[in-house]
Amino acid sequence: MAIFLTKESKVIVQGMTGSEGQKHTRRMLAAGTNIVGGVNPRKAGTSVDFDGTEIPVFGGVREAIDATGADVTVIFVPEKFTKSAVIEAIDAEIPLAVVITEGIAVHDTAAFWSYAGKKGNKTRIIGPNCPGLITPGQSNAGIIPADITKPGRIGLVSKSGTLTYQMMYELRDIGFSSCVGIGGDPIIGTTHIDALAAFEADPETDLIVMIGEIGGDAEERAADFIKANVTKPVVGYVAGFTAPEGKTMGHAGAIVSGSSGTAQAKKEALEAAGVRVGKTPSETARLAREALAA
Amino acid sequence: MDLFEYQARDLFAKHGVPVLAGEVIDTPEAAREVTERLGGRAVVKAQVKTGGRGKAGGVKLASDPADAVEKAGAILGMDIKGHTVHRVMLAQTADIAEEYYVSFLLDRTNRTFLAMASVEGGMDIEEVAATKPEALARIPVDAVDGVGEEKAREIVAAARFPAEVAEQVADVLRQLWQVFIKEDALLVEVNPLVKTADGQVIALDGKVSLDANAEFRQPDHAALEDRAAANPLEAAAKERGLNYVKLDDGNVGIIGNGAGLVMSTLDVVAYAGEKHGGAKPANFLDIGGGASAEVMANGLEIILGDPDVKSVFVNVFGGITACDAVANGIVQALELLRTKGEEVSKPLVVRLDGNNAELGRKILTDANHPLVEQVDTMDGAADRAAELAAK
Repeated sequence: MAIFLTKESKVIVQGMTGSEGQKHTRRMLAAGTNIVGGVNPRKAGTSVDFDGTEIPVFGGVREAIDATGADVTVIFVPEKFTKSAVIEAIDAEIPLAVVITEGIAVHDTAAFWSYAGKKGNKTRIIGPNCPGLITPGQSNAGIIPADITKPGRIGLVSKSGTLTYQMMYELRDIGFSSCVGIGGDPIIGTTHIDALAAFEADPETDLIVMIGEIGGDAEERAADFIKANVTKPVVGYVAGFTAPEGKTMGHAGAIVSGSSGTAQAKKEALEAAGVRVGKTPSETARLAREALAA
Repeated sequence: MDLFEYQARDLFAKHGVPVLAGEVIDTPEAAREVTERLGGRAVVKAQVKTGGRGKAGGVKLASDPADAVEKAGAILGMDIKGHTVHRVMLAQTADIAEEYYVSFLLDRTNRTFLAMASVEGGMDIEEVAATKPEALARIPVDAVDGVGEEKAREIVAAARFPAEVAEQVADVLRQLWQVFIKEDALLVEVNPLVKTADGQVIALDGKVSLDANAEFRQPDHAALEDRAAANPLEAAAKERGLNYVKLDDGNVGIIGNGAGLVMSTLDVVAYAGEKHGGAKPANFLDIGGGASAEVMANGLEIILGDPDVKSVFVNVFGGITACDAVANGIVQALELLRTKGEEVSKPLVVRLDGNNAELGRKILTDANHPLVEQVDTMDGAADRAAELAAK
């Protein structure tokens, strides 16, 4: 099962012919992802050789879907062109668009998010500025290293890329159903809540680990959602207890504004919803083991 | 990036929001000529990026040019909530009949934009929101539809602006929306928006915050940065393209890869410090995915140049980047600093995990640098770095 991405997923890459796109297409292929095409209007009709696998390049997302039946797009195009790339994916009604590009102006994200809504939300957007998602042993859509861990029964959703990798590594002997990096920008497509709902419904996920960080109120809202809707055990981690007020800590959305968006408030909200929250990534991993053993 | 009032005022003027004439000065003497130009009277306003200037005595009315020199002299150099006043704006005076509030901002929770408006402006809007929420209208603004005539009228009606200013306020809202979108702002706020005795609606004071991620299409914004006020270490890091934030009262320098992991590293060091004389993280530094020798050297140079730093914790999880490349980066960085004649005298605790971690650890072991110590786990390494800092 897993969530959002399986071995049946047919993946295209917008920006496959760029250097980042090529590098990660090669890695995704090596991880077993069924990549069926790339998109670049200037190179339509050509193909790119990845160690013996020829991947065709299409002029647009619609054309790629018509030719291949693709249902996932991974977007690597530079920040200047990301908004139009996402809008093209929405217009083509592809079910899942994974936006890896970082440094996107928030007005652009707000615009494509609004546009997706106006078009009936037929496209699930993950990101932007995220590592993508992986269903170990099946498919990898994005830049998460595929060899950290194996298939298993933990679902992971995280705002941070490297903390995703760290947590996959800490629990590598148990394995994961799916790991979803949702990104730390002020506006993102898929949220903690979306992933929690999907993991709750996934019969192959027994435990959910959710990683949050300072800024906004996504974790607080996730806590409310967990209280009302999640029956599976959830273990949490929040980064940024020592972050000063008013400073952006790497991710555009990671900022404590006044008294809102603090790690302490998020931790308390999660704990009030029955989520056990670790002080460190390794303690969080220990709590996850305990919850699985219980 | 938050702007000064005078910069916000310039952006307002650029997009047609009505503002009063004003000029910025940084010496008291300059106030005389400016005040004469403004008609003999002026409001002298401290330019600091914090609220509560009025209460702190940072806004004063000058009745003539000599008075303006005196008032400017009193305000320049003042400390307002930890912000030193380096500039004052002299603005034309206005005969204020009423004070309103309008703003556009990012609404993270609802993933859209928000207009806020109130006929009770002039005071701290957070206080209005807390004590009289019914007096503050909050209207969602769709990012694609924006603010046209209809939306502007909706906001005016929701905030119950008086009929005689409705038209003017609606115009201001549409102009302010242009500032918001054309300048890639995260916040544009006018407080107060005033009605003068003769019925004009004017933006008297404003706040603007710009999106740093939009720099690629906003070439003019770099000039708005307040370089003089930046922490020198932060300024040096920025020049080298490093994602660095200096933290107060810390003594453990931090280098890591990935924003989330680095934030987590700061927390883990602070916990470890509770056992080691209150050692705390001295900075945030995310060297990103690449972690080349050059980036590592740049990062180490900044951190070792921080006099507060007593020990350094390099915390890397090799994802895309392999740990052997990171280890080589550390070795080469130390060598690079040595050849540049910079003495490296602070201990480094390194934790490498993930992709090719064993190879990376072996490289550091073989290099056998006297100041480099390896610890296998993040918690253990944080503990050791805190212990070394407390020595």
